[in-house]
Amino acid sequence: MSEESKNRLPEDKPLVIDGKVYSSRLLVGTGKYRDLTETGHAIETSCAEIVTVAVRRSNIGQNPDEPNLLDVISPDRYTILPNTAGCYSAKEAVRTCKLARELLDGHNLVKLEVLGDEKTLYPNMTETLIAAEELIKDGFKVMVYCTDDPLLAKRLEEMGCIAIMPLGAPIGSGLGIQNRYNIRLIVENAKVPVLVDAGVGTASDATIAMELGCDGVLMNTAIALAQDPIRMARAMRLAIEAGRDSYLAGRMPKKLYASASSPLDGMFF
Amino acid sequence: MIEIQLNGEPLEVPDQATIAVLLNQLSVTGKRLAVEVNEDIVPRSCHDEYKLNPGDRVEVVHAIGGG
Repeated sequence: MSEESKNRLPEDKPLVIDGKVYSSRLLVGTGKYRDLTETGHAIETSCAEIVTVAVRRSNIGQNPDEPNLLDVISPDRYTILPNTAGCYSAKEAVRTCKLARELLDGHNLVKLEVLGDEKTLYPNMTETLIAAEELIKDGFKVMVYCTDDPLLAKRLEEMGCIAIMPLGAPIGSGLGIQNRYNIRLIVENAKVPVLVDAGVGTASDATIAMELGCDGVLMNTAIALAQDPIRMARAMRLAIEAGRDSYLAGRMPKKLYASASSPLDGMFF
Repeated sequence: MIEIQLNGEPLEVPDQATIAVLLNQLSVTGKRLAVEVNEDIVPRSCHDEYKLNPGDRVEVVHAIGGG
C-alpha cells in the first residue's frame, strides 16, 4: 500500500494507559538478553514505549562501574513498568511495588504478577486479588497479569486495575494464544485496555492476539531468545501493526465451500 | 562499629551510621537505588537522617532486566 492511500485510512484510537497516549501497542521486557547493548538495540527496533524491569538486590561491591539498565532504557524516554516477577505472595508483591516506586522517584505504575508455582509460573489469582486491592488503596496504578478467566478479569477491572493482562500461555513457553475464545470474551467485557502478557512465541502469535481485539501485547522471551533478537523485534512490531489493522478492518466470513474470486459472467467457452 | 544485615549478608558499619553513610561506604552514592530497612521503605529524602541500629535488615535494590 502506498503511503498516500494509507493516509486516507481513518485514524485508530490510541492506546491510553494511566492517561498517557502511546502510539505503539507492543510492550517489551528486558530479561534474558545477552547484554545491555543487545537489550537497547532490540527495544529501540521494537519501537515499544512501555518497558518492563525487575527489582532485585544490588550486587554491592561487584563491578561498581557496570552500566545500569536504566542508563540504557532511560525513564525520560520510556515508560518504565516495574514488575513483581518472582513473587509468590501478595505480601512479597506489595513490598516489591513499594521498592519500585521509591526506585523510580514516586512513579506508581506497576505490573502486578503473583505466581503460583515454579513449574508453570501460572498466576496465583487469590494472592493477586489481595495484592491488587492493597496496591490500589495505596495509590498504585495496577496493570495486572492474570489467568484468562473472563469473570476474574472483570473483577480486577471493577476493583480499579487500569489494564488487564491475561496470559496467552505460560511465561517463557512460546506456545502462543492457547484460549482465543477466553481472550475474546475478556476483550468484549473490558472497558480498560486488555494486553496479552506471556505466551507469545513468534510474530504470528502476536498478530493473533491483536486480531482478537487486544489493545496490545507484552512479550520478552520471544524477542530475547530468538536467534536474531533485533530482527525479531522488528517482526513483532510489524506483527502487532498487522494484527491491529486486520482487527479494525474486520475479517471476511469463513465459509465451508469455495467462492470464485474471478467473475463467471463474460466467460468465452 | 555495629553489625547490620545488608542484602542478607552481615556487614559492619560505624556507630550512628546513617543510610547515606552506608551508601557512601558501599561506593553507590547517587546511583539509582531504593533502600528498605526492616521491610519499610526509607525514602531518599531521609537517607541523611536515618540512623542504623544493630541487627537492622537493610535491602538495597535496583532495576534489572525482566519481563
